[in-house]
Amino acid sequence: MTGIPLVALVGNPNAGKSALFNALTGARQKIGNYPGVTVERHTGRFALADGRPIQLIDLPGAYSLDPSSPDEEVTRDVVTGVQDGERLPNALIIVVDAANLDNHLRFTLQLIALGLPVVVALNMVDLARRDGLEIDPEILARELGVPVIPTVAVRRRGIEELKAAIDGKVTGANIRSIEAGRGEGDEYDAMLNTKRARDVAQRAVVSETPTRRLNQSIDAVALHPLLGPLLLAALLFVMFQAVFAWSEAPVGWIEAGQGWLTASADGLLAEGYFKSFVIDGVINGVGSVIVFLPQILILFFFILLLEATGYMTRAAFLMDRLMARFGLSGASFIPLLSSFACAIPGIMATRTIADPKDRLTTILIAPLMTCSARLPVYAIIIAAFIPNSSIGPGIGLQGLVLFCLYISGIVGAMVAALVLRRTVAKGAAASFIMEMPKYQLPLLRDLALGLWQRAWIFLKRAGTIIFVTTIALWALLSFPQAPEDSPLSQTEYSIAGRVADGLHVVVAPIGFNEEIALALIPAMAAREVAVSALATTYSIDESDEEQAEQSLTQQLQGQWSLPTALAFLAWFVFAPQCLSTIAVTRRETNSWRWPIFMLTYLFVLAYVAAGITYWTAVGLGL
Amino acid sequence: MHVNLDDLPLRKSALVAAINWSALSPADGKRLRELGFSEGVSVQPLHRAPFGRDPIACKVGRMMIAVRRAHACAIEVEVPAT
Repeated sequence: MTGIPLVALVGNPNAGKSALFNALTGARQKIGNYPGVTVERHTGRFALADGRPIQLIDLPGAYSLDPSSPDEEVTRDVVTGVQDGERLPNALIIVVDAANLDNHLRFTLQLIALGLPVVVALNMVDLARRDGLEIDPEILARELGVPVIPTVAVRRRGIEELKAAIDGKVTGANIRSIEAGRGEGDEYDAMLNTKRARDVAQRAVVSETPTRRLNQSIDAVALHPLLGPLLLAALLFVMFQAVFAWSEAPVGWIEAGQGWLTASADGLLAEGYFKSFVIDGVINGVGSVIVFLPQILILFFFILLLEATGYMTRAAFLMDRLMARFGLSGASFIPLLSSFACAIPGIMATRTIADPKDRLTTILIAPLMTCSARLPVYAIIIAAFIPNSSIGPGIGLQGLVLFCLYISGIVGAMVAALVLRRTVAKGAAASFIMEMPKYQLPLLRDLALGLWQRAWIFLKRAGTIIFVTTIALWALLSFPQAPEDSPLSQTEYSIAGRVADGLHVVVAPIGFNEEIALALIPAMAAREVAVSALATTYSIDESDEEQAEQSLTQQLQGQWSLPTALAFLAWFVFAPQCLSTIAVTRRETNSWRWPIFMLTYLFVLAYVAAGITYWTAVGLGL
Repeated sequence: MHVNLDDLPLRKSALVAAINWSALSPADGKRLRELGFSEGVSVQPLHRAPFGRDPIACKVGRMMIAVRRAHACAIEVEVPAT
């Protein structure tokens, strides 16, 4: 491994680094994490013209060697050779946006001063030309004293030339080593550097004709005080419509496949622990992970698309003021939005929030956004207890209740944010200073690659946890085995059943019965499991899903009072019934402190909300 | 004529005359500097967000940067005489 030269891609955010990384390495990439920090480590390989391999790392975008985020810290530490688990690169490829030369050159000058062999990729020369900007790479190369290669990463242009230039830098005598730890900005003068960057940029630009940019025309609509929010609302509507509508068919196939597997295993295996383990543990466990995948993929696709086109920062811009009222900034908008599908990608998306307090608050409130796993629970309770009547033209009572549940979650999140920002996440009010990149048409190939990578990370992180939890719960529900003559059912007799007995004492004051207490335990794997858990406890054994739901509805109507049902709904608005979310929070905050805090505050909130709902409903005589 | 960036009308170009760094948090000041805000740079507010006309999207050099009104108030610009 160490024999292969290591080259690092480094540059400002929005310089097109990732596209260049994709262009150089193709799909041969690995994503990991730097030790101790939640910064992704992207590595890949490519071959030089004569076939010699080069290892490439894509460093997080940075504005300078004076870091203001964990991402920028990793970048500085790698290029100065002090990063844990990374050797000093043999050469750097500095990526600069041709249309933003004077700005990007500041960081470039800092990097060149480190003394490592350097090649500059003058990227997005096509967009610069579209803007009427003509740059002479030769002049730039002379001024900087390093090779400059014009590239268009998304169109795969200039890649071979870039490889040839790298070849010259990593061959033989050119490999120098610098002293580790250099480059701390003591003698580096920011003002002088800015001036020099502007000078170099001015000399390299051979002509500049003002043109009306395509960008400005799009922004005239996208950032319009009236049209902008309307466009955003329309985009969100389409996105959510797609997340729920497009996923219906694939979810159906997955469930059908799961049913077929269960039936096959049922026929093949002999009765006993092993069979129960395979069906209720393994098939169920894998199934409950994969069933989320269609929605997650569709959501990721839209988010990637919005990010790659440059629209995402516009959405943050439009929403900033509203978020500011709750002590957050526009940067929190996207992670919270993703959390409506699933809190896990939402929490992972908070990495883009620079301010640590801001980020922490966003992570802590993300589970309050109504995720898709709550929908099956809401649907079954609403169908059983809320009459399907109309309370106005086009407004059904059932739909209204569902809407109120969504709103309760949002309001709860906003109030929680306000409180958190004044207590545990106290700090200066969130700030909002953001570069708004030019609009770009992304390549389908890059989107597909991004989608694949994110889906894989989701499967690995959430998948293992949901899977392990399901297996653990299976064990809790299967042991010890009830004797033949026991009046108790297996569920009641099991460890989980005994835990539920104790839990019932706690939740009885908020109107929950024994069956609910029992369903809450497996629902820790994923909220929607509550439905099948209830079906199990009411001993419903229908192979047909629709019939099973119908009989569950009838059972619930017979066994639960309306206040209990409403309290159950209120509980699910707030309760952190999702161990994967807790695990992801542990990962993203690098401590057990915040996931435990999250678990506690959300359970307290859920308990209080369910209690108030129950006793208000009882008081009203419902 | 000198005004602060928050008072500069939309689409009007001006040059940054002075930045009151002490009115900004160190982190914000640093971010602004990294994004190209410095004395002598041309700046042009292009869009204001709905709800309180905050934040402001400005063209700074060749980049578009969104800043809050609080930041804009700390940036003094010189409006060229017309």
